[in-house]
Amino acid sequence: MTNHNDNQGYDAVMKRRNEIMKRAVGIDYAAFEFDNIGFDYERMMREVGYTLSEVIAIQRSQGVGNTPMIKLNRLTELARKLSPEGMGAQLFLKDEASNPSGSFKARRAAVAVYQAKKLGYEGVVAATSGNYGAAVASQAAMQGLKCIIVQETYDSKGQGQPEIIEKARKCEAFGAEVVQLTVGPELFYQFLIILEQTGYFNASLYTPYGIAGIESLGAEIADQMMAMTGRYPDAVVCTNAGGGNLTGTARGLQKRGADATKIIGASVDLSGLHMASDRDFNRKSFTTGHTGFGLPFATMPDRSDVPRSAARPLRYMDSYVTVKQGEVFYMTEALAQLEGMERGPAGNVSLAAAFALAMTMPRSATIVVQETEYTGAGKHIQPQLSFARQNGIEIRFGHPDEEVPGNSIILPSHPSQMKARPLELVQLRKRLVENLVFATAKGGKANLSDREIAFLADESRFTKTAVEKIIFG
Amino acid sequence: MTFKKGTWIRIKRVVMQSEERTAQIPEDTRRVPLEMWVKGFAEQDGHLGDTICVRTLTGRVERGEVVEIEPVYGHDFGQFIPEILTIGITLRKILDGGEHCDES
Repeated sequence: MTNHNDNQGYDAVMKRRNEIMKRAVGIDYAAFEFDNIGFDYERMMREVGYTLSEVIAIQRSQGVGNTPMIKLNRLTELARKLSPEGMGAQLFLKDEASNPSGSFKARRAAVAVYQAKKLGYEGVVAATSGNYGAAVASQAAMQGLKCIIVQETYDSKGQGQPEIIEKARKCEAFGAEVVQLTVGPELFYQFLIILEQTGYFNASLYTPYGIAGIESLGAEIADQMMAMTGRYPDAVVCTNAGGGNLTGTARGLQKRGADATKIIGASVDLSGLHMASDRDFNRKSFTTGHTGFGLPFATMPDRSDVPRSAARPLRYMDSYVTVKQGEVFYMTEALAQLEGMERGPAGNVSLAAAFALAMTMPRSATIVVQETEYTGAGKHIQPQLSFARQNGIEIRFGHPDEEVPGNSIILPSHPSQMKARPLELVQLRKRLVENLVFATAKGGKANLSDREIAFLADESRFTKTAVEKIIFG
Repeated sequence: MTFKKGTWIRIKRVVMQSEERTAQIPEDTRRVPLEMWVKGFAEQDGHLGDTICVRTLTGRVERGEVVEIEPVYGHDFGQFIPEILTIGITLRKILDGGEHCDES
């Protein structure tokens, strides 16, 4: 399957982008597109993806999923102590760190690697600096395929976040090759060259396989909560970056009939930091789960590494909140100190949001924190705070609202200061409609068909009339 | 420092010079080249700083400057952060020591 093309210049490679992708994922996305901007998402998920029971069967055969649901008694007690009378929802935690690669990403990788093997690919490639790299590497090891992970790792001084360095080590521990780059979106160019050169499968986070793989997580949450409490949870909080985690979880919950469960997205507030900036790269203490990915991916999902992303979070999100870096570090320590569970900080974004939300919800309510991730050298609050301090970031106790991303990390002086700050979801949904129409409509907005308006309504959860009002004023 | 053919080494290569970088990136990123690091088995004997080819774990051949021989993982648990130590003490005091919400 190996392919070689002598012209590896930037423009030439980017021009071959569509054909490289088509060969590397085995999906003809054009088959699901219609008119100017229309895209039949559900048909793609049906025809290309796997059913929930197939996903579960694939994952069980690889030791993935079926992770414990843990009742967070001490953190709930703390929230109740800090809440007004009658408030303080019961917190539960889905311990996804128990997956073979140490995070929920194993679910996505299991299905993607299974598909690659089924189609006869010799290996898989994934572009990720996150836990997904280790997940793909782990699954490639289990299913007997070769694996290359392409990572954005260093700034121009060759300095890398300890968390990303650790993730590279874990990929290599599973026998994967790791290609590390400095900051910049041209990583995608190098990624395309590797796909073309090797003929491997693009185990993208955003294919239907990557998303269908998470539906089992939503289904398990529904089943476990039904068994433990006799009903589905009132809210599930998902850390939101590329949107796949939330999308897949929500779809899984819906497939179990947990329609009343509120789906809450949570991201770390990194406003003001540019994700492609060499300088800002090491001034952030979170490499994922933050607004730098969460907001652009929610409002422009198809900006991912496949032509049409299967992660479409605004179709499912009931609210979207932000938390501060200091609050997440604080809750990570709280989880260790009060619940006896040491887990990586990035997975605890949703925990920080859930704790804050618990203080505003009645005692009878239940909230599920939907994931945890493994921890260890580099990927732990101590090296991350130490790295931040070395980079001149101020770290102190204070009010979390005082935190300025890139300048300070403020640990709450008291846990009652923890807050889930709601984003204007209606504005984000409007922006999504505008982006879909104005960024892609070749024939202009006047030519949109009725079927396209219906597609925009599904994407944004507005009525067709509301969509028309946004477009035509 | 020298190494023999077949030694596990780390190489570095400039993928794009700063003037070749795409226009839609911040100014500070555009001023610097896009660099890449790969590990593999040396295809020949050499010295640190030489430009040579390596064969990676998947069998690809990459060429670049040798920056590390038998590379190690240097990441650890970082420097002591005294603030972390106090979080558990505070929380246990609130939970088990009788502090109430009106103290916040």
